[in-house]
Amino acid sequence: MRRAVAWRTPALGALLPLALIATWQIAASAGTFDVGLWASPATVLRAASATVRDGSLAGDVWASLQRDVAGLAIGVPVGLIVGTLLALSRLGDALLGPSLSAVRQVALFTWVPLISLWLGNDEPGKIAFIAYAVFFPVMLATQAGVRGADPQLREVARTLCLTSWQSLRRVILPAALPSIAAGIHLALVYGWLATIGAEYLFSAGPGIGSALMTGRAQFRMDQVIVGMVAIAVVGMLLNVLAGAAERRLLQSRGL
Amino acid sequence: MDGLPLRQHSATAGLRPATLDVRNISRVFSAGSGSFHALQDVTLSVAPGEFLAIVGASGCGKSTLLRLIAGLDVPDRGDIRLDGKTIDGPSLDRGLIFQEPRLMPWLTVEQNIALALENAAVTRQERAQSIADHIALVGLRGFEHAYPRQLSGGMAQRAAIARGLVTRPEILLLDEPFGALDALTKVRLQAELQRVWLAEGITMVLVTHDVEEAVFLADRVVVMAPRPGRVSAIQKVALPRPRDRTSGAFVACKAAILAALGAT
Repeated sequence: MRRAVAWRTPALGALLPLALIATWQIAASAGTFDVGLWASPATVLRAASATVRDGSLAGDVWASLQRDVAGLAIGVPVGLIVGTLLALSRLGDALLGPSLSAVRQVALFTWVPLISLWLGNDEPGKIAFIAYAVFFPVMLATQAGVRGADPQLREVARTLCLTSWQSLRRVILPAALPSIAAGIHLALVYGWLATIGAEYLFSAGPGIGSALMTGRAQFRMDQVIVGMVAIAVVGMLLNVLAGAAERRLLQSRGL
Repeated sequence: MDGLPLRQHSATAGLRPATLDVRNISRVFSAGSGSFHALQDVTLSVAPGEFLAIVGASGCGKSTLLRLIAGLDVPDRGDIRLDGKTIDGPSLDRGLIFQEPRLMPWLTVEQNIALALENAAVTRQERAQSIADHIALVGLRGFEHAYPRQLSGGMAQRAAIARGLVTRPEILLLDEPFGALDALTKVRLQAELQRVWLAEGITMVLVTHDVEEAVFLADRVVVMAPRPGRVSAIQKVALPRPRDRTSGAFVACKAAILAALGAT
């Protein structure tokens, strides 16, 4: 009984999407829709194989990933430093804490006009936007992790006469590591979303978000769907890889 | 190894057991509207190489006293001196063992012990040798690369003792170190601690609520009373080591301390 349920569940889950695709294909073949606007699953597959063959899909994904990494390379370290500072320094928390919580209330995408005014519509603006998007999850997780570092272990650091820097590096940050790793994992997810958003909202250029825009502008539903699938697959891969890296890291440190 | 008849000092130990002087110290904590006299006018002296135990009901200030000696807290009045020098903070001259092992869960046994030597002026080679010696001393050979979660409570506490000793402190302070262990492990570790004390020849101050543990290990047992926390009696234990927990003299000594505690 139990075994039957175990293998049937994924099969059942695939039923609905397959049925929808089949219906879509049948409707398209029967000429129900305007062929100019509505692509059939077969057209989508053809577009996918074309973009794979001419390398434009890989090129766009690669451009987006580079942008994502550039944003992460700025946002993650700044989040780590600010989060640690807020958790350890009462003065730092008093000075920065209220402003940061106020700023955090402003929805992410409402920053786009201001960022493009300040940094332009191109690469610097996009990267700044991604960096800003990943800053908060890292900052908040670091702050929570450092603040929650076991006071008993911090007392051990005192009795062992560790300097502030040593106890931060050897005791507090390692104790905060599970929380920090979770924050960085979340930042990877946010970062990818922000990358697509930035490409969509700032100027056009290489990137999978821009490819989506171009597809829409040219009424190419097949291209839009190929782009959406590519974004989803990359996002899922990032999430899976980050989860595996997080588990390995914590395991290797005996946690 | 449990019962060396004579004090034997290991050749490797730095051997500078210290005199500890606790002079008229008071510590008051404010609690809500009132205040709580954790310690009032406590005076004590511990001789070099002595094993001193402090017993008392909870709230008598015995752990507060140990934290003051460790330098984790500051007295409101009076002072504490080690070899004539006033204690004004933690120092590697004073090792401290807590009731919990408090090992860093992300470090192996070896790395946990090495953490204590972070600021010690020793060469890499001396450091490695010293860590290996102390792992052997507490009987953890073969577990150098184990993580704390892989150790039993007793083994983790042994590792903590090795970490407390590796800096070669003049005095080792123990705050109910076996309080969380099962009865059998506890008895075994008491014998181990005695062996380590005999081998290293350092001064030890043990805070415990276990009178038998105090009589088994100590040269003198300080009895403290609560509200306000103070020394109410000091009992010498002149029995030869290793001590037989069932001997008449041992039982009589235990009874005298229990009487001083007001438990009988």
